[in-house]
Amino acid sequence: MILTNIEQVPGKRIVRHLGLVNGNTVRAKHVGRDIMAGLKNLVGGELTGYTELLTESRDLATQRMVSEAEAMGANAVLNVRFSTSTISQGAAELMAYGTAVVIEDDL
Amino acid sequence: MVDLAIFLALLCLGFFVGRINERRHFASIQRREEDLRDIRVFATRDAPPCRSGALVSGNVVVSVDYFKRFVAFLVGLFGGQIGAYETLVERGRREAVLRMKHEAQGQGASTIVNVKLMTSRVFYSDRRVGSIEVLAYGTAIQGTDINP
Repeated sequence: MILTNIEQVPGKRIVRHLGLVNGNTVRAKHVGRDIMAGLKNLVGGELTGYTELLTESRDLATQRMVSEAEAMGANAVLNVRFSTSTISQGAAELMAYGTAVVIEDDL
Repeated sequence: MVDLAIFLALLCLGFFVGRINERRHFASIQRREEDLRDIRVFATRDAPPCRSGALVSGNVVVSVDYFKRFVAFLVGLFGGQIGAYETLVERGRREAVLRMKHEAQGQGASTIVNVKLMTSRVFYSDRRVGSIEVLAYGTAIQGTDINP
């Protein structure tokens, strides 16, 4: 599965267009991580626990999008976008969406 | 009285440790930017002729210190420019772009096109703003030398 955020895959030709696919996940923060973040919050800097949490969640959303595309018979997703929205104080939704297509080698 | 002492102690902690942390972070950013200078980053979406492409991304959650948060609160009362938060977003953005470049380098790519930057707030139980997540992503392209 090839992902890009432009309208094409370099070196490939689009042969079929299968429509929009998306994947999302809603994550709440972890209490342990929140305590650590609370301490780190005093001195500033990177909150590693949160960076990891968001990376994992975004990967999961991407994975869900990819499995949807695979189920449609696609072998690439183009124009991938990410979005984040805060649902409540402790929960955030991460979403990935794109266009599923079938590509083949450009000869 | 005890509350005031704790508050002042936290302010001092934030001021000194926060300042050192930030300076260190900027120094590290500068060093890594120098190392990754040969990876070109474009905001345009058209890719030059190349062999293949793949999505790359980098993210970071950064927070301001207690002192800066207090300063921002004071400035917020009267309005105006909040320098404390300006350095926060700058730190986050440069760090996220660096991580994205690093991922591209790992794939042997030298160019990233259609780079998007996204900033979102991260919440805590105590609801004070002061931490943000920055995500940078784009398409890393390989083999740009095939068709000069």
